[in-house]
Amino acid sequence: MKKNWKEVDIALIVKGGTAEEFKTGDWRSEKPLYKSDKCKQCLQCWLFCPDSSIIIKDGKMIGIDYDHCKGCGICSKVCPFDAIDMIKEEK
Amino acid sequence: MSKIVAKTGNEAMAEAMRQINPDVVAAYPITPATEIVQIFSSFVNNGEVDTVFVPTESEHSAISACVGASAAGARVMTGTSSQGLALMHEILFIAGGLRLPIVICEVNRALSAPINIHCDHSDTMASRDAGWIQIFSEDPQEAYDQTILAVKISENLFLPSMVTTDGFIISHAMQRVEMYDDEEVKKYLGEPKTPYNILDVDNPITVGPLALQDYYMEVKVQQANFIRESKTKIKEILKDFNKNMKRNYNVVEKYMMDDAEYCLVALGSTAGTIRYVVDKLRKDGHKVGSLKIRFYRPFFEEDIIESLKNIKGCAVFDRSDMFSGTGGHLFNDIKSALYISSSKPILRDYVYGLGGRDIDVDDIEKVFYDIKDFTEKNGKGDPVRYITVRE
Repeated sequence: MKKNWKEVDIALIVKGGTAEEFKTGDWRSEKPLYKSDKCKQCLQCWLFCPDSSIIIKDGKMIGIDYDHCKGCGICSKVCPFDAIDMIKEEK
Repeated sequence: MSKIVAKTGNEAMAEAMRQINPDVVAAYPITPATEIVQIFSSFVNNGEVDTVFVPTESEHSAISACVGASAAGARVMTGTSSQGLALMHEILFIAGGLRLPIVICEVNRALSAPINIHCDHSDTMASRDAGWIQIFSEDPQEAYDQTILAVKISENLFLPSMVTTDGFIISHAMQRVEMYDDEEVKKYLGEPKTPYNILDVDNPITVGPLALQDYYMEVKVQQANFIRESKTKIKEILKDFNKNMKRNYNVVEKYMMDDAEYCLVALGSTAGTIRYVVDKLRKDGHKVGSLKIRFYRPFFEEDIIESLKNIKGCAVFDRSDMFSGTGGHLFNDIKSALYISSSKPILRDYVYGLGGRDIDVDDIEKVFYDIKDFTEKNGKGDPVRYITVRE
């Protein structure tokens, strides 16, 4: 339920990190494709991703959060092992 | 215990700021408001206040720094004028929309072009729709009192305020000012209050998020509604201020209005000269009174309607023009207010004093005889006149 004008927080001040609850990656034109066989787990992609969209589990890169990735391609550029390709997004 | 001192408008505002002791002052100098923050910076230098003073490279940066500091829970003030306020314009709406209780000491000065450093109200009027409270001062005493009052109102209602004086006429004219003790002001204002705090790391928040078709309207209606409701609250705060500080301020000030048939309405320093003229005309047997608008924003429509209910002819003094072909700002607001009133006086606008052009007793007297004549002719003729101008 969307809030009415009496219920919205003053000046729309909301708690932090709400993007997690909202899919913000739906306007991508290109998407990163992770090739685990080439990955050496250097985590450069995780370090450089501006949108926290590199999924890490137990200290290892395991994939990409496509709900929030905007397809900027930085991970692909910084990867020293050519383990991330950028491909055309298809719906 | 209060003390009597001689202060200019700028000195009075700087003294008020010293007693208010803001956490942050970010400012950029501009004539004729420079002195306010210049004097205040010496208070900072001498350790008389606990303020972090941020000298910025422009007014846009100054008010932006104020927004950041206020969102971080600080009591924040600045001072500016004319082009400076115009350069702040973009951020004024953000401060209003974010409901940050920032207070600006604003000295009314004409806007360019042509370039001019003297008084008119065009700068303040240009920011009247930014969601700020606007309080006009008639003399250094009011400038001093209302600077303190504005902090109280802003921090209670979470609305930013600007307190204005008339450039040079008030800002640089020395008059008697009754100052409160530092402790009295400290006690009256209490601890700084802001609606939220971005530095509260245990409760992280997002300030100024994107709100499109699905939420923007709700947020703005909430703001509009709050400003409507703030009128009652401002009156309560004024009542409390009067009690604590032994003043007698109202949102609009009536003078000799009980049996008046004609009324002269004005903002700022001219209101004082008008009262002198009212006294003079009363001696000649004319039934005339005056109305001073202390709060221009929010606009106290009901109080103005009530004040003018028995008036036959009303002259509005405007020290600004809307360049809409319909006269000045105050005239247009009063004209709109009277549309919903059951009694409508004949109304005429007198745009005067642009760029610091003097207005004297004779000019105001002539306005009285003109509005009397205009009323007797049942308002036939141009509703807008430009006075104090070579014709």
